[in-house]
This record gives sequence, C-alpha cells and structure tokens, in this order.
Amino acid sequence: MQYTRTVEALKEGTVIDHIPAGQGLKILRLFRLAETGERVTVGLNLSSRHMGSKDLIKVENIALTEDQANELALFAPKATVNVIENFEVVKKHQLELPDAIQGIFACPNSNCISHNEPVQSFFYVKAHVNDTKMKCKYCEKVFSKDIVVEVR
Amino acid sequence: MANPLYRKNIISIPDFSREELELVVETAARLKAEPSKNLLKDKLIASCFFEPSTRTRLSFETAVQRLGGRVIGFADGGNTSARKGETLADSIKIISSYSDAVVMRHPREGAARLASEFSAVPVINGGDGANQHPTQTLLDLFTIKETQGTLQELAVAFVGDLKYGRTVHSLTQALSLFNCRFYFVAPEVLAMPDYICEELDEKGISYTLAASLEEVIPEIDVLYMTRVQRERFDEAEFKKIQGKFVLHAEMLRHARENMKILHPLPRVDEIDTDVDATPHAYYFEQAENGVYAREALLALVLNETV
Repeated sequence: MQYTRTVEALKEGTVIDHIPAGQGLKILRLFRLAETGERVTVGLNLSSRHMGSKDLIKVENIALTEDQANELALFAPKATVNVIENFEVVKKHQLELPDAIQGIFACPNSNCISHNEPVQSFFYVKAHVNDTKMKCKYCEKVFSKDIVVEVR
Repeated sequence: MANPLYRKNIISIPDFSREELELVVETAARLKAEPSKNLLKDKLIASCFFEPSTRTRLSFETAVQRLGGRVIGFADGGNTSARKGETLADSIKIISSYSDAVVMRHPREGAARLASEFSAVPVINGGDGANQHPTQTLLDLFTIKETQGTLQELAVAFVGDLKYGRTVHSLTQALSLFNCRFYFVAPEVLAMPDYICEELDEKGISYTLAASLEEVIPEIDVLYMTRVQRERFDEAEFKKIQGKFVLHAEMLRHARENMKILHPLPRVDEIDTDVDATPHAYYFEQAENGVYAREALLALVLNETV
C-alpha cells in the first residue's frame, strides 16, 4: 500500500490534532498562531477514522503551554496537543477546561466597560451539563460559550 | 483584628459572605440608634457620579458628612474629562490619589470593578449600568432585618419588573444566603432571568412563580415591589398587564401582621397612595435607611474597628 505524508514531519514545535473540521482557522486566528513568524502548516478537512473529517495545525518551534492548551478546550475539547522535540513527542497535553480565560474573546455585552479601557477581557469559565458558561469579570453577565466564541 | 471589610472594594453582592452582610446590617442598626460624628473624621471621600442620581448620591454624601468626613466630586459625568475622551482607568488613578475612598456611579456595566483595579483606595459601587447596585441591597437587608428581627427563613415576594431590575437580582442573591423562600410575580416578558433561577436551583432554594399579587400576599413576610416601565411594552401589551401588578390597600386584608412593603423608589403608580397609610408600608423608612446603611459601609471600609 502506498503511504504519503500530507505534511512533512515536525522537528520542534506543537501539533494540534483532532480539531473538529471547521474550527481550525478560528483557532489559528484567535491564538494568533500565524503572527508568530514561525512556519505554520494547516490541514483542513483531513480524513479521520474517528471523526470523519478533522482539521490539524502544526506550529514550528513553539511549545504550547498547559494554559494555552486548556484554552483550546473551549473549541475543541477532544483535540490532542502534542509538543515535539527532535521529532519525538515529549508532552501530550490532557485538555481541561480552564477556570478563567483572558484576552482572547471580546465581551458580547456592548455596554461592558472592558471595550473602551486599557484592560484585557476576562471570563470565568464553568462547565454545565449541556453547555459551557462564561461570566465576564467586569459586567458580570453570563454567556453561553458559543455566543462568546462567535463574537470575535 | 481589622473588620473583614476594612480597605475592601465594594463592587458586587456576590462578593460578600453572609458574615460580611450581617456585619453591615448590625453596624447600620448601631449607627441608627447611636449616631457617631467622628468615624470619618479627617477622611476625604470622592463622590464620582458619571451618571446622574438623586437618592444614591445625596444619601452617600449625607452619610459622609454625618460621620464627620468631607466630600469632593461631581454629579454628572458631562462636566469631567471623561467627555474629552479620558479613560475611566486614568480618571480613577488621579481621583484616588486625592481621596481616601471613591464612591462612583457609571453608565457602563463593570465600571466599578475596573476602577478598583486602577484605584489606590477602596472603590464603592453606587451603580454600574444595569449590573450591580450593592448599597441598595445592603439598605434593603438592613430594612428587612429592622422590620422582621431576622433575615433567616423569611418568605419574600418580588413583584413587577424582575428581568431588568438589578436591585431584585442582588437582593435575591443576598437573601439566598439566609435560607429565605421566594415568590416571583411578574409579566412573562419581565420574568426573573434564568441565571438567577439556576443559581437558586443549584443552592436548593425553593421559589414559586406566581401569577397574581393577591395569591401571595397571605403567604409572605416581605413584599418587594418594583416599577414596570411602560416603555418596555407596546401599547396593546401594556394594556393587558396594566393594573395586574398594582398594589391597593384593600388587597392587604389577608396580609400577615408583620408583613412590610418595600420599594427601591421612585414609584409611579404600582403602589396606590392609599397603601401609604397602612401599617404595612415601609418604603419611605427604607429610603431613609439608605443613609445608615451607607454610613455603616463607609465606616467599616475606612476604619479597622467600628
């Protein structure tokens, strides 16, 4: 059987795999991965045995921290985040919802003070049965995760 | 040991523990019974009203002056450098360098929390947009304790605009620490928001959604009325609900003897003036209690012991 690699193997960096198809570009944008100046390889709608289709991101020379990996859990709770050194996986992050998330999303409440002042947005994150709720530290409004994630 | 509110920011009711709420209520009662002239001696309080308010501002400023403190400030953000485009963060850095505490009201939600991150001195929230108005809740709690002798296990009905009424949300959160039970009486479009009901469910606190004012009156110790604002409805809708959430003296025939009626004021027509003369009316005393509750809060924030 012929085997070809879709993307070349990574020497140093991070592979974010098993991203639900359609979320890859959003993650790229929100985490500003393209602005790092490092080589980024993105695969969209790749075939996956478990998921049908998936997205995948490889970032060279950047090791995602535990906190950054956990922020990913909001979009892609089942994503795998592997840190690579010298072609070997040295760390597999287990994604857990973070308690709080800072500076990534804007508050959906247009009258929230955080929009016009020199502060980063800040949400407390709480998992509910069928939804994840995010509460803005400033205006104290509670939003469904999907609303916050769509705003920016 | 310093009291737990000493040098604390007072931003939002969910920040308070039950003990801290009780401390404010007890201190307010003490200051009402025995006025003290020196608790804010040599203290300068900045009263920053970026949005106009009559009762809140005047009662804060009265509280400061009765305790021997002095006030600087403004009553309308239109005259400040905010109009020139200065950030609130910068304004508060400067104002807090002049004063021992900042009392503020602002039209945007979250303004007081943000100010507290840039202020060198404690910030007391006098209302931030549609979000919180903690001193209203403290004066409500003080008034309930004063009239009922306890905050524990009371039956409390909230009537009117429960959707947008921030005082109703904070008071429900505060009373839920005291095992009270609640009745919510509101038109469907102004019903209590889901997040408050979910909080009560999580804490295992019982509440009843009631259709009419009359059916709850015999069951309750406190009737908390709020204004249903006409502008929230179209004309036909308003006609349908008009009168349904208005209290008249004759509806109080089956009320418990201890039952008191509160209202954050201003009232328009949701409490008929014939109620004023009944022994259940307590909203004007409640407004007066605003001064004692704010005295208590300022005294606790600015003195290690009171």
